[in-house]
Amino acid sequence: MSSLFSNTRKTEPASRPFALLIKNGRLMDPATGRDDVTDVAVVDGRIAAIGENLSGAGAEVFDASGLVVAPGFIDMHVHLREPGFEHAETIETGGKAAAAGGFTAICCMPNTKPINDNATVTSYIVERARHLSPVKVLPIGAITKNSAGEELASIGAMKQAGVVAISDDGRPVMNSRVMRRAMELAVGWNLPVIDHCEDLNLSAGGDMHEGRTSVSRGLRGIPSASEDVMVARDILLAELTGARYHVAHISTSNAVAMVAFARARGLKVSCEVTPHHFALTDSDMGPYDSNFKMKPPLRGKRDLDAVTKGLISGAIEVIATDHAPHPGSEKMQEFERCPFGITGLETALALSLEQLVHTGHISLMRLIELFTTGPARVLGLDLGRLRVAGEADITIFDPTRPWTYDVNRTLSKSKNSPFHMRNFKGAPVATIVAGKIVWRLDA
Amino acid sequence: MTATVKGLLGIEEMGRQEIQAILDRAKDFQYHQHEPVKKFTILQGKMIVNLFFESSTRTRTSFEIAAKRLGADSVSITASGSSVSKGESLVDTLNTLAAMRPSAIVMRHAASGAPHFLARYLEIPIINAGDGTHEHPTQALLDARTILDRRPSLEGLRVAIIGDIAHSRVARSNAHLLSKFGAQVVLCGPPTLLPRELAQLAPNISLSYDMNEAIAGADVIMMLRVQLERQHEVLFPASEYFKFYGLRLEHIEQAKPDVIVMHPGPINRGRELASEVADSQSSVILNQVENGVAVRMAVLERVLQ
Repeated sequence: MSSLFSNTRKTEPASRPFALLIKNGRLMDPATGRDDVTDVAVVDGRIAAIGENLSGAGAEVFDASGLVVAPGFIDMHVHLREPGFEHAETIETGGKAAAAGGFTAICCMPNTKPINDNATVTSYIVERARHLSPVKVLPIGAITKNSAGEELASIGAMKQAGVVAISDDGRPVMNSRVMRRAMELAVGWNLPVIDHCEDLNLSAGGDMHEGRTSVSRGLRGIPSASEDVMVARDILLAELTGARYHVAHISTSNAVAMVAFARARGLKVSCEVTPHHFALTDSDMGPYDSNFKMKPPLRGKRDLDAVTKGLISGAIEVIATDHAPHPGSEKMQEFERCPFGITGLETALALSLEQLVHTGHISLMRLIELFTTGPARVLGLDLGRLRVAGEADITIFDPTRPWTYDVNRTLSKSKNSPFHMRNFKGAPVATIVAGKIVWRLDA
Repeated sequence: MTATVKGLLGIEEMGRQEIQAILDRAKDFQYHQHEPVKKFTILQGKMIVNLFFESSTRTRTSFEIAAKRLGADSVSITASGSSVSKGESLVDTLNTLAAMRPSAIVMRHAASGAPHFLARYLEIPIINAGDGTHEHPTQALLDARTILDRRPSLEGLRVAIIGDIAHSRVARSNAHLLSKFGAQVVLCGPPTLLPRELAQLAPNISLSYDMNEAIAGADVIMMLRVQLERQHEVLFPASEYFKFYGLRLEHIEQAKPDVIVMHPGPINRGRELASEVADSQSSVILNQVENGVAVRMAVLERVLQ
């Protein structure tokens, strides 16, 4: 269908008047390396033309002067909490927060209630998202039934219903044999396997990174080794099975080194990092402030430096938020009783600019790659690039605009962010999904 | 951040002067313990709530007596008989109590940082009577008072703290206090109960897995109980704990001749220290308990006045 469609476009490029004209933006597309000031025209939800001095009577004009026009950002690690935990987030509110963060597509993890371990739940999410979410929602299915780590979930049926990957995020498959079988099946279904790497015996009872700060505060630690052990196991299983394997929210120096090693061996191994893991260390945590509590925990300086280097070297090819909303009542408890996770959709771009681009670690083009072609490649999806006849998913942002993040103005249902009142330079300005402006900054 | 807190959360955030002021004031109160009538009117009209989410004999009684000696009223609540057992959250419990307008809340809780978390949401001063495995500031203050009753200064003293360091709030508070006053602190225990990172807790702290090494030349030996209730796995074989980490009379000979042996209590005779040591001339364990009242009077006065 799509090839027929694009053929039609090529023969009749301007058969319909432009609906939307994005004028004078700095177009940056990592897929082609294109970086110039130009215009983008949109018709019927697709990009109709890219070029200078486009004009069209009756088109809605978006003046993108001084702004970057990039392919739509993809966040491949989000918790939307629906079904089951709608008091924390819904597909609608999570989708709105994603749009405000400049994302045009998000992948939602299966740890809902019920768990997304069958096609019925997958279809429910897909249908709800179609009606309620301003951005594309691509579900990730569970690896095992109820994410219990024992019996494989109905992966094939979920794939048919729309899952783009499988993961038991938050409840990692501890049984190596089960993980092996899951990887084998995933090869057959052409799905990547995403693992939240945590040896649950090593991390048991831990509330924060094991190190000087945990020992000083009298909190039980989660050693870096609890992540490393699982990354090592999974890489060996990926080699055994030939699976496409992706490490969720990588946080340790050893894990980054092992992923780089696996990639150098030619294995189909990839990983993502969250903005908080390259922006904060355990010593930045406010005293017993649960808005700094997440898994994997904020690590030490050595680990932070290693993930930053991994972003520079290319060992890490995705930035993902692990947006994990929790209502205030759950986060307002004794630190050890609070659930893990922080929100992240609305601060991801700003934090990434602050930590990676403004510091000179990576180029702006490389940053866009980490939000677009990177995740698209891992997921094997035709997203994350700007091409004529392609769907018009576009992220427009200002790389230097000063602003302050105020959680009281979040579009998410939850406010558990450690970045409340942080001053940033750089922010999303407009988010366009299938040609429609679904969010724009209040000017 | 904690400098602005009105109560007393931990030794770590306190300055030397502030600590010294409490220790000096406690000395005044010490003398009065021997008067036939021990009651003051300093805190008359004040109401102190002792909220103990963990069992405690000496600390709770000590705070109660301290409050009464200063003329304050006090009520004590233990978790088992409170609304906590009905599922109320900590913040709601504290808000409820705060609504009755007490002057301060003295709190013990099994979760590290519980008082710090509450201090962010409540106006009322909170005095930490022990939070999880984090701090027990009044214990460190009374320990310092007890040492200073026998030594002119803490500066340069060699203090061996021996036992389950990992789970000890007493060890952390003492290490902070002693370090601030220039003592040399040796933390000693089996590797599974002695995280290496504790060496960086404060200046002048070293670690040892060998009890003889820790005790050699010590001015003070502080023994700690093995806190099985906070261990979630077997961290050291109970069968050989006393053999390698129990304090016996022969150890005392390796320390300074006038060494003092301390223990925050409750002691387990034959487990972390031999019965003869507990009852020996070197032991100041009961003096610690006695000083607990004077030190807590000084703390309550400072927080409430």
